[in-house]
Amino acid sequence: MTIQFNDESFRDDYTFHNSDWAIKRFPFPFHEDSYMYSVNMEQHRGGPEGSVYEMRFDVDEHYVSEMKDRAMVLDQDPLRCQSLPHMTLAGWDLLELIMVSKSEDYPELFELHRNGNQWRWINKPLGIDHSFTFMDETTLPYGPMEYITRQAQGDFAVLDQRDEMLWMDAGMVTTQADWSLDFDIGMNFFEWHAPVPKAHEMGIFQRALKFLLNIQQGAPARRLNWTMTVNPLLDTSPENYHKWGIQKTTLTPENIAHKQHLRVELQTFFRLPRSNALVFPIRCYLCSFQDLMTVPKWGRRLHRVIRDLPEELATYKGFIDNRPMMLDYLSQFDDGLPTSPGIWPDLETEPPLSK
Amino acid sequence: MSGAEKIQAKVTEITPLNELVTRFRFERIDGGQLPTFSGGAHTVVEMQDGGITRLNPYSLMSDPFDQSSYTISVRRDDEGRGGSLFMHRQVKLGDEMTISYPVNLFSLDLRARKHLFLAGGIGITPFLAQIKQLELLHGHWELHYACRNHALASYADQLTDRHPNETHLYYDDQNQQIDLENLLSGQPLGTHVYVCGPKGMIDWVRNTAAAEGWPEDCVHYEEFLAPQPGKPFEVRLAASDKVVHVGENESLLEAIEREGVDAPYLCRGGACGQCETVVLDHDGNFVHRDHWLTDEEKASGKKIMPCVSRFEGKSLVLDR
Amino acid sequence: MSKFEFPKSIASRPVWGTLEVRPGEHHLMIAEAEGAEAILDIATPDLMAKTHLIYIPKGTDYVERLQALKPAQFYEGPSYEASLQRIRRVLEDAHMGLQVYLTGSESMMGQAMNEVMAVGLPHTAIQTEHRGSVARRMQCVHCKGITEDVEVDPFVCAHCGLNLFVRDHYSRRLAAYQGVRVDAEDHGNVPEPKGIYE
Ligand code: HEM
Ligand code: FES
Repeated sequence: MTIQFNDESFRDDYTFHNSDWAIKRFPFPFHEDSYMYSVNMEQHRGGPEGSVYEMRFDVDEHYVSEMKDRAMVLDQDPLRCQSLPHMTLAGWDLLELIMVSKSEDYPELFELHRNGNQWRWINKPLGIDHSFTFMDETTLPYGPMEYITRQAQGDFAVLDQRDEMLWMDAGMVTTQADWSLDFDIGMNFFEWHAPVPKAHEMGIFQRALKFLLNIQQGAPARRLNWTMTVNPLLDTSPENYHKWGIQKTTLTPENIAHKQHLRVELQTFFRLPRSNALVFPIRCYLCSFQDLMTVPKWGRRLHRVIRDLPEELATYKGFIDNRPMMLDYLSQFDDGLPTSPGIWPDLETEPPLSK
Repeated sequence: MSGAEKIQAKVTEITPLNELVTRFRFERIDGGQLPTFSGGAHTVVEMQDGGITRLNPYSLMSDPFDQSSYTISVRRDDEGRGGSLFMHRQVKLGDEMTISYPVNLFSLDLRARKHLFLAGGIGITPFLAQIKQLELLHGHWELHYACRNHALASYADQLTDRHPNETHLYYDDQNQQIDLENLLSGQPLGTHVYVCGPKGMIDWVRNTAAAEGWPEDCVHYEEFLAPQPGKPFEVRLAASDKVVHVGENESLLEAIEREGVDAPYLCRGGACGQCETVVLDHDGNFVHRDHWLTDEEKASGKKIMPCVSRFEGKSLVLDR
Repeated sequence: MSKFEFPKSIASRPVWGTLEVRPGEHHLMIAEAEGAEAILDIATPDLMAKTHLIYIPKGTDYVERLQALKPAQFYEGPSYEASLQRIRRVLEDAHMGLQVYLTGSESMMGQAMNEVMAVGLPHTAIQTEHRGSVARRMQCVHCKGITEDVEVDPFVCAHCGLNLFVRDHYSRRLAAYQGVRVDAEDHGNVPEPKGIYE
């Protein structure tokens, strides 16, 4: 299958859009009609053909435009990409992981030719053909982590593992759900999760950390997380919150269908071989309410999840003020019929809306 | 499935180094490349020893960035339950064996301004890989290596040849001993010390470092415990509804696996915590041998690490 | 003077300890204002004979009492900034086993901790005890500027002028708490400032 890359924007005029293909494969995050934090982790070893879980690093129609948006963010604020000095080796590990995975999974888009440490990398969608020496920073225009993550969708946190703990010591973060790498860099797993309500008391972070510390080479894992964003804005950063925060108040019953987006993060975890670090790619997928409502099961379920979500979570995720308006809209798509278990759209088997 | 990913390998070189230590080289059966790893990592080698499957961890000592082969060095332990004896006596050139992906429980702290390595005997092996890694990254390191005598000092000559300024050797038979207090107190701020060797040496280094005011986080150690033989005992596995007899020469974990129950593990040496198992009921005494559980947990009688620990008494019921 | 009890908070908010004497041949103490009392609490002749004490009085009058402890080296600095070069020089030559004691405001302890971590001591090995001012050192997440001595919430960023609310989220690397625009979703609607711990 060849991917048609969209020409679209994630700011100002917001021309971002999902094709039917992208809607069908959207990683809807709710496997039942309610939601609470849990240690929702599973192996990351492929998934149904065409799904976002199939490849190690999913490439979709938004690739080229997302990379342009990232370059714009970095031009304005280079602090979004940082790597503490001891993390360079992990950066090379990550560069290798992404180049090898993408060239194997998408041979028509990416090529990697290796002759010892002499590497040639071809990225056709972005028009890059670059020869360099592996492990020699002087042959790359940026550090290895920055070089490769300017060519990979999603944010990346690179965690050093020491003293039975993970430390966020490097990252490329431009499509984040309101957290700052510049502020969080150097923190440990419990510290950067400090603002999250409830999960600490539920023991979720203790168990999650144990799991992550034991992730081994060749055995990656994944989980989903989600939030809400008004307008398809990728860069919902604290740095720019004084500019985009006000957009939340522009939501009206007339525009909510296309303005309000469910924002889902496909988070994966890979052990990096040479550095023993862990990389945490956080891939963001956006889908407007009106596009989600084309799947009857998702319509029914989203209404119930948002309606019953504990207040602390709605507050933390930043949509408590807009929740009543969301529910007014979503309730139109909930006819009270039961939903099938699991996250898949089940278009053939789920009945159409009967109201 | 428990444990790390598996690799089908064949033995392509067996090199006796001295009376006690033999080196083994593994390459992939399919001729492909092995994963790179970080210095300090080990692989778990599977041995089909009669009716028993043994899985023993050995530090990888080859260049971590060399993907053509892995090497390990095995010291013969005549008193142990037979893993090392199997490697020495049964394994032949060309044998096919299953080894695990590299797992690192003894990695370098890459922030360190200096790495101080203290090795005792066969404890030299993880440092060989770490030294190769640091040489490539232009790291600052120093090695102090204590052995019984020159003949048993595996790789000592090679190390002094290649790194004359960084390598310091100490032989028991010449009454040489590491001057630990002075060595530790003279290190610049930001030094990390790593020790691998017999338990006595690890305790000595940890205690001396603590007395010299070293922060705990700057002291790293690795000691793989080989499971020790012990009195046979019975265990009831509540979740799988089985009663298992643990023989004198097998570990609790091996006995559980023999009965077809999939139990988690990683290091099989009491270090990683993966095999932690809840004790539902017991009447008798635990023989805790792991480095994982805290003293309180050990005393509580509520947890056991079946890869190295045993039980003596009337009855033991595990949540497995 | 009694110590301020900080309310229980989130996991990134530092928890300051109580100084205790640790074994070691060399001790570095950096104290600010009322932090002098924490030093006086643990000082013994034996300990002080192995101690380099750097003290920033900030208008308090503890200097004589500290000098009477006879530290091996004593330096009185007019401000943290003025003492910084000296602190760096001392750390440059220090050896493993050095014991570090920090006491005073959160701002001073946080910044000094960074200096010590930069030369390779883990933060868990650095002792702290909070004394004196409970004002915070704040980073504006928008313009990145640091505003010192913040006592009220919300406050005005000393650099970009935005009205910021005071979070408990703390960055050890910046030695600062995070300030975020308080009226981002309703421009101009700035609540009346009140004390952070009120
Ligand atoms: C090691 C990789 C991980 C990194 C780098 C990471 C990073 C983050 C960050 C930066 C936040 C935002 C915190 C804030 O408000 O400032 C967050 C939120 C959160 N994280 Fe993680 N995380 C990781 C792994 C996990 C895992 C394994 C879990 C498993 C349960 C988890 C659960 C959560 C939850 C529940 C939230 C709140 C999200 C929401 O409600 O929108 N995280 N994470
Ligand atoms: S398997 Fe590692 S502690 Fe038991």
